Amino acid sequence: MNNAVEVLNLTKTYGDVHALKEISFSVTKGELFGFIGPDGAGKTTLFRILATLILPDGGSALIEENDIVKDYRKIRQLIGYMPGRFSLYQDLSVEENLRFFATIFGTTIEENYDLVKEIYSQIEPFKTRKAGQLSGGMKQKLALSCALIHKPDVLLLDEPTTGVDAVSRQEFWEMLKRLKEQGITIVVSTPYMDEASLCDQVALIQDGAIMQISTPAKVIDSYPLGLYSVSTSDNYQLLLDLKQLPQVCSAFAYGQAAHLSYRKGEMTKEEVKLYLSKKGHQDVTITPIKPTIEDCFMELMQTSGQADK
Amino acid sequence: MRTILYIIQKEFIQVFRNKRMLPIIFFVPIVQLLILVNAATFEMKQINMAIVDLDLSSSSRQLTSKFQGSPFYRIINSSFSYKKALSLMQKGDVDVIMQIPSGFEKNLVKEKNSQVQLMVNAINGAAAGLINAYSTSIILDFNREILIEWLNPAEMGEIRRIVTETSYWYNPKLNYTTYMVPGILVLLVTIIGLLLSGMNIVREKEMGTIEQINVTPIRKIEFIAGKLIPFWIIALFELAFGLVLGKLLFNIPIEGSLWLIFLSASVYLFVILGFGLLISTMTNTQQQSMLISFFFMVIFILMSGLFTSIESMPLWAQRVDLVNPLAYFIKIMRMVLLKGSSFADISHLFYALVIYAVVIISLAIWRYRKVA
Repeated sequence: MNNAVEVLNLTKTYGDVHALKEISFSVTKGELFGFIGPDGAGKTTLFRILATLILPDGGSALIEENDIVKDYRKIRQLIGYMPGRFSLYQDLSVEENLRFFATIFGTTIEENYDLVKEIYSQIEPFKTRKAGQLSGGMKQKLALSCALIHKPDVLLLDEPTTGVDAVSRQEFWEMLKRLKEQGITIVVSTPYMDEASLCDQVALIQDGAIMQISTPAKVIDSYPLGLYSVSTSDNYQLLLDLKQLPQVCSAFAYGQAAHLSYRKGEMTKEEVKLYLSKKGHQDVTITPIKPTIEDCFMELMQTSGQADK
Repeated sequence: MRTILYIIQKEFIQVFRNKRMLPIIFFVPIVQLLILVNAATFEMKQINMAIVDLDLSSSSRQLTSKFQGSPFYRIINSSFSYKKALSLMQKGDVDVIMQIPSGFEKNLVKEKNSQVQLMVNAINGAAAGLINAYSTSIILDFNREILIEWLNPAEMGEIRRIVTETSYWYNPKLNYTTYMVPGILVLLVTIIGLLLSGMNIVREKEMGTIEQINVTPIRKIEFIAGKLIPFWIIALFELAFGLVLGKLLFNIPIEGSLWLIFLSASVYLFVILGFGLLISTMTNTQQQSMLISFFFMVIFILMSGLFTSIESMPLWAQRVDLVNPLAYFIKIMRMVLLKGSSFADISHLFYALVIYAVVIISLAIWRYRKVA
C-alpha cells in the first residue's frame, strides 16, 4: 500500500441529489492527480470529504493510510486544503494570514520557509497589504502558501484556477509541478479541460461518477472516433447542419471552429465538404485533428448519457 | 496555549482594524448612559393640569391653590367647560383634569361630605398611577386641613393621628440616576457581549474562513476560547469605562467592593458570550444571528427588572425570569453598588450565574461542530 489517497465506493447524497455515486480511485505518492469535470459534477463534495469537512454517507477513504472519519485529527496535520472560494482573512495582511495559519498548525513561517519561498517571495513585496485587496492571482498564491506552510504530505486543491487569468493559471501549474518535484502528492480539480494534460493522472467526473481514470495520453488514445475541425463563415448554422449527417456522432463548438466526431472510416473529408457546400456554406475548411481531453470528455459524456437512458 | 494566544491576538487585530468597531466600543456607552439615565425616569417633574371649577367657592379655591402651590403641578387651564378640558387631554396637553362640581362647599358644610372628580390620562400607565397618587395625597391633605379648621376644638379634644415619616434606605433622596446607572451598565455590557460574540463566528462562516480553520488541527476548545476571550476582555473594559463615566457624570455611589462587581461581571459575561456563541452556531448569516440576538435581548431587558420591578410581575413571569441572566446581574450590581452587599449576600445569585455559564458554554461547545 503505497498510495497517498485510497478511495473506495465513496457515496454522498444531499436529499434526492446523489452528489457522489460510489466513487473509487487511488492516488500514488508524489503524483499530480487531476479531477476534470463541469460545475456540479461533485468535485467540491469529494474534496470536502477528503478534507474531513463533511462525512460521507458510505464507502471509505484513506489518506496516507489514515481513515478520513476515524483519524480525521491526524489527517488535518497531513493535508493542505485550498477551498475553491478564497477563504483567508480579508482584513488581515498577507503576512498576518500566513503567520496565523503557521501558528495554528503549531509551526512558524521561518521553519518551513524554504517550502513556500518560491511562491511566497512573489507576494512578499505586498506583505503588509490586506488579503482582500490582492488581485486574483496573488490571492491564489497566498492561499497556496497558507496551505503549504505546515509542510503537508498531500495537497488538496479545489478548483484553484477558477476565476484566475490565463497567465496566472499557467504560472500556478508551474508551481504545482515544482511542488510535485519536492515529493508532495497533489490532488487538484478543475473545470478547465486544457489543464488536464498537465496532470499525471486524470479522472473525468460527471454527475457524481467517474467516467474514466487514466493518464492524459491514454485518455486521448482511447478516443474511439475520428475527428475533424471544421470552420465556415456561419458557425451556428454549421453546427445545425453537421448534426443532420447520419455518420456524425457529435458536433460542438470549440473556440472559433466546430469539432465533428464520426465513426472511423465512415466518412471522408471530401464528403463533408461536399455536403456543406450543398448547404450553402462558404470558406469551408476541414482538417483532421487529434482529440483533446475536452473531446474525450464530450464523447464520454454522450455515451454515458445514452447508457443512462 | 500558544494557539489560543495567537487567535486572541488575531481577533484583536481584526476588531481594531474594523473602523466601525472603535466608535461602537467607546461611543455607545457614553450615549447610552447619557440618554437612558436622563430619559428613562419615572419621576414626575411636571404634571399639566386642567381645572374645571363649577363651584367657585372659597373651599374650591383653597383646593385649587393647593395644587398651584405644588412644584409638580402646572395648571394650564381653568374653565367651566368640562368639554374644553377633555379636548385638551385629547390633544395630549393635559395629564389630569380635576372637576369640582357645583355645590361642593355647600355639601361639605351641610352633609359633611362632598366629591371631586379626577381624570387621569392613562396612555402611560405607570405615569398615570403616579399622577393619581400625587393628586390623591394633595386632596387628602386638603381634607385634613378643613377637618382641623371646621371641627369644634372642644369636640375634638385631642386629635389622634399617626404620622408616618418615611426614609428611603440605600437611596435616601430616591435619586433616579442612582437607581438606573447600575442597570444601564448591565445593559451596555450585555449588548456589546451578545452582539459581538454572536456575530463573530457567523462572520467567519459568511466569509468562508471557517472552512480553512476547520481543516486545521486546532481544537474546538482552543478555537472557542480564542473567540470568547477577546470579547470578554472588551466587555469588562466597557464595564470599567461605564463605571468611571457613571462616577464622573452622575456621581453614582459605589458602596461595595469593585472586585466583587468585576468577579460577578466576569462570570456573567461568560453567560452572555456563551449565549452569543450558541446563537452563532445555529445561524448561517450575521443577519440571522443579529435578529435572534435582538429577540432574546428585548425579552431579557424588558423582564430584567431594569424598568419595572420583578416582584410586581405575575408569578409565571417571575418563573421565566429564572432563566434571565440580566435579572441576576442587575440585582447583583444594585446590591453591591448601592447597598454595599458582601459576597455572602449575593452568593446565591453568583452561583446561579456560575451554573448558567457552565450550562450555556457546554451547550455552545457541543453545538459547534468542526465537521459540519
